[in-house]
Amino acid sequence: MPLTISEPAPPGQAPPEPTRSTAARHTGIVLVLFAAVVLACLASVLIGAKNVPPGEALRALTGDRSGDALLVAELRFPRTLLGLLVGIALGVAGTLAQELTRNPLGDPGLLGVSAGAALSVAASIGVFGLTSPYQYVWFAFIGAALAGALVYAIGGAARASAHSGGASPVKLALAGAAVTALLMSLTHALVLLDVRTFDQYRFWAVGSLAGRDGALAGQLAPFVLAALVLTAVIVPRMNALALGDELAGSLGVRVGVTRLLGAVAVVLLTGAAVAAAGPVTFVGLVVPHLVRPFTGPDLRWLLPGAGLAGAALLLGADTLGRLLDHPGEVQAGVVTAMIGAPFLIMLVKRGRFREQTR
Amino acid sequence: MSLRLPEQPGSTRPTGTPVTAPTGERAGTPTGTPATAPTGERAVRQRGRIGWEVAGLGGIARPRVLGVLAVVLVLAAAGLVASVSIGEFPIPAGDVVRALTGTGGADATLIVRELRLPRALTGLLVGFAFGLAGALMQAVTRNPLASPDLIGISAGASTGGVAAILIGGVTAAGAGSYASVPLGALVGALVAAGVIYAMAFRDGAITGFRFVLVGIGVQGALTALTSWLLARADINEASRAMVWLTGSLNGRGFEHAWWAGLALLVTLPVVLALIRPYQLLQYGDDTARALGLPVDRARVVLLLASVVLAAVATAAAGPIGFVALAAPQIARRLTGTANLPLLTSGCVGAALMLGADLAARLLLAPIELPVGVVTGAVGAPYLMWLLTRANRVGRAG
Repeated sequence: MPLTISEPAPPGQAPPEPTRSTAARHTGIVLVLFAAVVLACLASVLIGAKNVPPGEALRALTGDRSGDALLVAELRFPRTLLGLLVGIALGVAGTLAQELTRNPLGDPGLLGVSAGAALSVAASIGVFGLTSPYQYVWFAFIGAALAGALVYAIGGAARASAHSGGASPVKLALAGAAVTALLMSLTHALVLLDVRTFDQYRFWAVGSLAGRDGALAGQLAPFVLAALVLTAVIVPRMNALALGDELAGSLGVRVGVTRLLGAVAVVLLTGAAVAAAGPVTFVGLVVPHLVRPFTGPDLRWLLPGAGLAGAALLLGADTLGRLLDHPGEVQAGVVTAMIGAPFLIMLVKRGRFREQTR
Repeated sequence: MSLRLPEQPGSTRPTGTPVTAPTGERAGTPTGTPATAPTGERAVRQRGRIGWEVAGLGGIARPRVLGVLAVVLVLAAAGLVASVSIGEFPIPAGDVVRALTGTGGADATLIVRELRLPRALTGLLVGFAFGLAGALMQAVTRNPLASPDLIGISAGASTGGVAAILIGGVTAAGAGSYASVPLGALVGALVAAGVIYAMAFRDGAITGFRFVLVGIGVQGALTALTSWLLARADINEASRAMVWLTGSLNGRGFEHAWWAGLALLVTLPVVLALIRPYQLLQYGDDTARALGLPVDRARVVLLLASVVLAAVATAAAGPIGFVALAAPQIARRLTGTANLPLLTSGCVGAALMLGADLAARLLLAPIELPVGVVTGAVGAPYLMWLLTRANRVGRAG
């Protein structure tokens, strides 16, 4: 069974009533998530080292650039936009990764893709002397792609073995941990050679939306958009893949091509997200598990839901981080890890994962 | 915690557990010590038997096991000598001996006694501790991929150590603050291990599988915490912490070697006393229980020993990856035994560590790499090979 990751509806959630259209219910869920994103955006703009009254924030929208409005326009808006973009990217990438690897632990951060991006970013700072995230985004892409290919190859070697029953979550997670450890040791070697590289790298490595170049969101948006379009195109085929490779093949889906396109989308999304915000782990892991009970396994609903939930989670974590250490802040990547790790442990403890996923 | 270990040599409290531990001891032991033997006599006999059991690990291949152990010991010793004599200022082995006995030149004496010997000794002891820790954890979880450096123990030690360096750096200036690092690492590793153990415990049992998954989750959270600490700190303090985090033997003095040696002195007897439970656990919980082993208690003690060893090694040299993972598997392949050989694992770990440190010093000379970079670069491909191979033959899940 390919999709052991689908969970039963939680106790409070009634099973879909036959009298009510499933599409309407799903639309409702997406609308609720959308509202959550809007709320998270508002909180992200209004809450911070200096709490801004909504009226002041509104003035920023009208082009006013005095007092708090300047702060909102120059700092908060770009940051919120960046969080929106990165959150959507991570949510969708995590869902795609979990579907592609048929593994409930398929998170780009845990699978070593982020570590690949981290290594190449460190190299771009240390070896090539780059200073702007818009420059290192390319390196993040290359690193994410190479690391993704490596982990994918290990997962593929596992899949090729019919008798072992495929890659278990443990194997894939450990493959990710191994790739991460290798890449991080190389990254450490790079940043240790030069203090200034380390100084730049450590603020990037913690995973944060703070202090990023204001124009970054606009510059990364094309990559994320392209990946989202690609995802939308392959969604029906991905849904067929969930039935199993053989059945999908007999339905006329070219399995290899679909997987490859999916992997390209994951790498584009992760590369952009990591380049923008640093290695933010656990968002891609947690979000699909949160959304799936409400939308079911159909990717046409699950993916948009995961994108919205990812944005809401990341913006929420970012805002929470600003409240936790007021007037300083705890970086968003730390907050998501503190939320995500207990969540993962809870899933394990509930016995969601068996030794083999299929 | 009521962890009574009557098997431990010198223990004066055989009362209270006349059934459990001796039964576990007796099971499978051909000599069959009477459970009612007086304390002193038993301690002596058991110490003798430990030697027998260590040598007889795996039973059938006893001469081979002994031979392998001897060869690996020689290798580790050769690594120690090479580590002392090779460097920017080469010192022939003869001069090393003369420097040690105080009859050599002043330069050589200084370099050997103050710089290279403490570093090499630290590497030897740390490698041994990592190898032992890995063997214990892999045996207890019955998973060749479970190793302290992959499932959160080393990450806990890292977070604790970095916290100690950074916080200690604020309160006490200079090198004196280093004293808090071992403590921080130990506390961090124990807390991480406690969380992992408690979380992986379900339905009255832990499985190696859950242990690994929970460990990876804990590892993620701790890694985030560590980068947060690094980002908050002053850049000089953070750089120092980063060097430690990468795992390096550079600048290690006798104080580090002492620390690691002392910890080994304390834990090694406990581990050796538990060699029978250690062996039984590798046959699976049910078999071990049927043979009279108090499985859960034995597992806690063995895991605790593994955590302490990993934490101590991490405190001395930083979280050096893959030695704990690779050493037991290499040792098992060398000895050809079904179980993981304990002492051989430790010696392989020591040889690996010294070899890696030598490579780290020589590869890009005069630039010196941290040893953790070398073990990572060698170990990670090995782990991936292990994974794909394990997948192919359908085990090691």
